[in-house]
Amino acid sequence: MNFLSLFVLIPVLMMTGLWLARNVQQVRMVMVTGASALLALAVVLVTLYLSERAGGATEQMLFTASHVWYAPLNIHYAVGVDGISVAMLMLSAIIVFTGVFASWKMQTMPKEYFLWFCLLSLGVFGFFISVDLFTMFMFYEVALIPMYLLIGVWGSGRKEYSAMKLTLMLMGGSAFILMGILGIYFGAGATTMNITEIAQTHIPVEMQRVFFPLTFIGFGVLGALFPFHTWSPDGHASAPTAVSMLHAGVLMKLGGYGCFRIAMYLMPDAAREQAWIFLLLTAIGVVYGAFSACVQKDLKYINAYSSVSHCSLVLFALLMMTRTSSTGAILQMLSHGLMTALFFALIGMIYGRTHTRDIREMSGLMKVMPFLSVCYVIAGLANLGLPGLSGFVAEMTIFVGSFAVNDVFHRTLTIIATTSIVITAVYILRLIGKVLYGNVENAEHLKLTDATWDEKLTLICLIVAIAGLGLMPWGVSNMISESVLPMIASLNF
Amino acid sequence: MEYTILLLILPFLSFLLLGLTGTEFKPKTAGLIGTAVLGIVTLLAYITAVLYFSRERGADGTFQTLIPFNATWLPFTETLKIEMGILLDPISVMMLVVISTVSLMVHIYSFGYMNGEKGFQRYYAFLSLFTMSMLGLVVATNIFQMYVFWELVGVSSYLLIGFYYTKPAAIAASKKAFIVTRFADLGFLIGILIYGYVTGTFSFGPQQQVLAAAGSLLSLALGLMFVGGAGKSAMFPLHIWLPDAMEGPTPVSALIHAATMVVAGVYLVARMFPLFIGYAPETLHVVAYVGAFTALYAAIVACVQTDIKRVLAFSTISQIGFMMVALGVCTSNDPHAGGLGYMASMFHLFTHAMFKALLFLGAGAIIHAVHSNEMMNMGGLRKFMPVTHITFLIACLSIAGIPPFSGFFSKDEILTACFRYSPFMGVLMTFIAGLTAFYMFRLYYNIFWGKPYEVSEDSSHMPHEAPKSMTFPLIFLAALTCVAGFIPFGRFISSNGESYTIHLSIPVALTSICVAVVAILIATFMYKGATQPVADKLAARFNGLHRAAYKRFYIDEVYQFITHKIIFRCISTPIAWFDRHVIDGFMNSLAWVTNMTSMSIRGLQSGNVQQYTIVFLGGTLLLVLILLLV
Repeated sequence: MNFLSLFVLIPVLMMTGLWLARNVQQVRMVMVTGASALLALAVVLVTLYLSERAGGATEQMLFTASHVWYAPLNIHYAVGVDGISVAMLMLSAIIVFTGVFASWKMQTMPKEYFLWFCLLSLGVFGFFISVDLFTMFMFYEVALIPMYLLIGVWGSGRKEYSAMKLTLMLMGGSAFILMGILGIYFGAGATTMNITEIAQTHIPVEMQRVFFPLTFIGFGVLGALFPFHTWSPDGHASAPTAVSMLHAGVLMKLGGYGCFRIAMYLMPDAAREQAWIFLLLTAIGVVYGAFSACVQKDLKYINAYSSVSHCSLVLFALLMMTRTSSTGAILQMLSHGLMTALFFALIGMIYGRTHTRDIREMSGLMKVMPFLSVCYVIAGLANLGLPGLSGFVAEMTIFVGSFAVNDVFHRTLTIIATTSIVITAVYILRLIGKVLYGNVENAEHLKLTDATWDEKLTLICLIVAIAGLGLMPWGVSNMISESVLPMIASLNF
Repeated sequence: MEYTILLLILPFLSFLLLGLTGTEFKPKTAGLIGTAVLGIVTLLAYITAVLYFSRERGADGTFQTLIPFNATWLPFTETLKIEMGILLDPISVMMLVVISTVSLMVHIYSFGYMNGEKGFQRYYAFLSLFTMSMLGLVVATNIFQMYVFWELVGVSSYLLIGFYYTKPAAIAASKKAFIVTRFADLGFLIGILIYGYVTGTFSFGPQQQVLAAAGSLLSLALGLMFVGGAGKSAMFPLHIWLPDAMEGPTPVSALIHAATMVVAGVYLVARMFPLFIGYAPETLHVVAYVGAFTALYAAIVACVQTDIKRVLAFSTISQIGFMMVALGVCTSNDPHAGGLGYMASMFHLFTHAMFKALLFLGAGAIIHAVHSNEMMNMGGLRKFMPVTHITFLIACLSIAGIPPFSGFFSKDEILTACFRYSPFMGVLMTFIAGLTAFYMFRLYYNIFWGKPYEVSEDSSHMPHEAPKSMTFPLIFLAALTCVAGFIPFGRFISSNGESYTIHLSIPVALTSICVAVVAILIATFMYKGATQPVADKLAARFNGLHRAAYKRFYIDEVYQFITHKIIFRCISTPIAWFDRHVIDGFMNSLAWVTNMTSMSIRGLQSGNVQQYTIVFLGGTLLLVLILLLV
């Protein structure tokens, strides 16, 4: 058995463990063991991957394995990784690990909560290791369904409405995806579902023209493609902390990953023809999300709109179709995943203390909870692209890569997208000034306490990852840059 | 000279140490660590300067550019990449000396000034961060490295302005400083992108033939970079953040907002000078006029401000305007023909850093003594604070351009360069130099002379001389101000790198001395006495003008209008509304339509057998009838 399958097996074992667990202690034990095992596995994977590459392995996908699953439709359980999926798996492992600690104090039905949490992680990991269209789609669905229950049962505010809205919109997207992958399958001759094999064949352009937009929009819904992003603010606002982290941190990356790996890679002709429409939409999304974030009053809404802006930048960079911009897009996925998880973790911790997320009702938190506030400032600075933290690396790679496309249309859009660095500064500093600085106005808030050990662990892990990527970007950048080559070659053919 | 990498590593380690574990230390220990590290850095900078300038000159008579360290940090493509390294050439070595000296003085001074403040450790951590970033900026080997550290100095400045984070004015000021400079940096970034595109590299010295083919795009790139520089260096109309930045602790104002960070824009233009002069001379004219207008505007505003730090802030803006003008009036590479301004600008940057830091630190000592920034709460302080008084006077004489103090020499070179460019520019800048002397002595008399200081009943509020840790930097910088003018600056730095001997242009020097003396005499006449009848009468006579100047010609209000009314009210709010009601409303209405449709047709599936039977029979009848009739 291929060792990549461990990424799916460990969550299954965790779920079994949870089923057998008798009290909260045992639940926590199972979760910590499992999440640490996943993190360790991801680290091992990165090391193995890099040493294979250094040893001269030049195949597109490493550690591949394939088992027939449903022969009549050529569906295989096929796995394999390249630099992009390795990066995504590492990201997912970090977020799952920190997510466990972020939900340490979960009171209501912890066992069931963590069961769904594990199923969600299973879907995410399965998606990133798969190279078979149908298997990917299946894992994608596995990741979506738990979201409905996690928000609907453990959420806050208008949770039923938000859960329903989120699930319906994403399900609508996956209906498009299903049509898209069926189109790809039959267009490529109905002989294989394996992505790398389909990439060798040529799907007729007429079919691409129909199925590319379906697939791209389908994944785009999850990647916060304007104007299909509206599930995101409500969904995030109602979701419990760790679910927000996992959702914005990892699940939204499934969208960008799918757009790149499936829609654009397999249907390059249509992608080239239709890129301009989606470039316009994503450029609008970048600026639109940032402007919307400027006037929000709820911490989670600010971050949700900021995510719309940053995730639009991912799709924007992918559609620029240069090697540098695509590398930047993947870096931005990593960076945004870590940053936004940090944000949602912090918002959850602050909300747990103040019982409000309205920025008008908070002030001077730096005085009462310095640790959390300093972390918030760091997250904010990463968000606005301070050098030395991950956001800068990703954004600069994107801007340099996009600017290399030599015509007025792309140049103009790139310049429009760069203005987001100013608008981001506006909403981040507004928030820091209002919520963290100043004097404590609500006397109740004076009694609040600072972070506990489990919270500190969550935050420190994420900040170390953000600063690590921001200070030493060359390794990751090279790894990704090598792996986007096949996609870029097919797009620029 | 590989050790120069320590210039960046040491302050960074000190930042990490103090930032992560600062609260474990006693405040004094933390301060000592920061200061000790900076002492080593200063020593290294001096050694570097001595070693560098004592090297043999190259065959063309210039000091060679050294790159002792350079590593790829973030690769974009094979040719475009961000490298991190150390570049030593005359101007970067000079900046190393300036930054480390002023920073060390500020570190020492802060022991006294910040004594007992909450967050002492945090303060020193930020100072280390700032010093590291500023040093990294000046030794950058490529434009993108410069941008990286450019952003870092921006954020250190943000953190230090907002040091008193419970004070609303400080919060607003830090936010304003960051956003205004970020806006300018957007221009810088786009400029870099265009530069990278046209030259195929981010390094400072692209190949000649590439540059020659670049054409107007290169001018555009350089012009946009100047926008970034204008933001950092507070050129009109991007100057509005600097006066507000005075909300930060005064030593910070001395270090960041007077001596080092705000001259980064000048340094940027100087760094790109060969490209400006060779391929975009018309952009240099823009630089000159922007600088001249800024210098004039800021000097006029400085004449009527009453907060002593604001006077100094506008004076800084005005003086940076002088440096920009000096660069802008260059018309060739040859220091003997039209390139004198380059040397003059760097010279003024050097002397200005010393005397302006001195002025700010002196102002800090005064504020420390009287607990107020307002001139009306001062007066007659010369008796109480002799050291501060004498050092402040030296700095005032220097900025006013009185020999033998350093400011005279550098300003004289700038004026000479201006007269060579055009008589108009020369006369204008001489006039502004006169205004400078006037407002500086207005400040001086209002603080140290004027009405005697009113000692309140309880003698605990008696103003007193600052402690040793504060007076030592004052004396040190005053000494430098006295001697710096005699440095044969042209030997080290000139526009084409050749050794150049400075000659004083006698007519220019005499004119400027006369103008300065007259301005000082007018200031003495108006402000030395216990009451100021002339000044009050003038203010009343030209009430409108006085008020407009005091309100800084309402530039801030214009910005306020743009940001609050236009961006928040007219863009962000409608977009947020649109998102909630139109886009989301559409999604919700889809759901609503689906619901309604199912509601209206659900009667068909009632489960009632009689109803089904009737429909069934009715339908059969209908079919039979149709069949029979057709």
